[in-house]
Amino acid sequence: MAGYVILGIGFGILLRNAGYGVGWALAMSVLIYAGTLQYVGVSLLAGGASVLTTILTSVMVNARHLFYGISMVERYKDAGKYKPYLIFALTDETYSVLCDGAVPDREMASEYRFFFSLFNQIYWVTGSVLGSVLGQVLPFSTRGVEFSMTALFIASFTEQWITSKDHVPALVGLITTFLCLVLFGPDRFLIPAMLVITLILTLLRGRLTDGKEGSR
Amino acid sequence: MIHSHAALLVGAMALVTMILRFLPFVAFRREIPPYISYLGEVLPPAIIGMLVVYCLKDVQITSSPFGLPELASAFVVILAQWKSRNSLVSILSGTAAYMILIRLLG
Repeated sequence: MAGYVILGIGFGILLRNAGYGVGWALAMSVLIYAGTLQYVGVSLLAGGASVLTTILTSVMVNARHLFYGISMVERYKDAGKYKPYLIFALTDETYSVLCDGAVPDREMASEYRFFFSLFNQIYWVTGSVLGSVLGQVLPFSTRGVEFSMTALFIASFTEQWITSKDHVPALVGLITTFLCLVLFGPDRFLIPAMLVITLILTLLRGRLTDGKEGSR
Repeated sequence: MIHSHAALLVGAMALVTMILRFLPFVAFRREIPPYISYLGEVLPPAIIGMLVVYCLKDVQITSSPFGLPELASAFVVILAQWKSRNSLVSILSGTAAYMILIRLLG
């Protein structure tokens, strides 16, 4: 919850610094509602990215949501009128709390999940709007606050490095992207990087799944 | 002019995100193709690595301050994450370090 408000504020400030005010912060947090993609989205907007780059980036950055959905198909089966919103609002944070299936009251499971999801989005939207306003009225320069996005990804990278045994996928992402940056330059490397990463991971499939088959 | 393009990009991000979230509930309800579930396992860490590089793409290492603020702040984030395991602590300390460093070195 505190996380949502603070990350939302960071997003709002960044977006404001990129030249997009409170209406944009509100629209993005209501309509997209995906923290990582919205942070990346700020630099896509600021850099005037193409629609194709934006679509491909969205697919890659948010591909993990497919798997959140897959694991919630059973759980959300009987959610009735709440179901569309529950699916729409299945973010990282919401998923990480709801995925184990524990609810305070079995009878009210869908209601509980609905309000939990809704409040998470309210915190996120509130933070975004707050950040956008703060970015405008803060008496000191917020120059450098854009590093919060870099910090967010370095923190995620570190965390998954600590918790995972196989570091190959992480290294493939890091090294491939770096090489593509050197080869294609900062304005054109993202699409080739995404394609090459998918290709390399596909080719490594036999190797990376060896010894893990039994556990699934 | 510029803003209609921005609106298009926001729309694209919203639409793709929604499709990705709804697809599993509409398409493969139980049968997940093994290739897809493999990608689900290996793609996320790779994409985080990609995003780290993406964030640092405009760092100038050939002119002063030679990317030092970024490098030092990245170390702050890694160290903070290693010790605290709390990404909010890491993000806040790394960003603070960066904002101070660019003022001192810039």
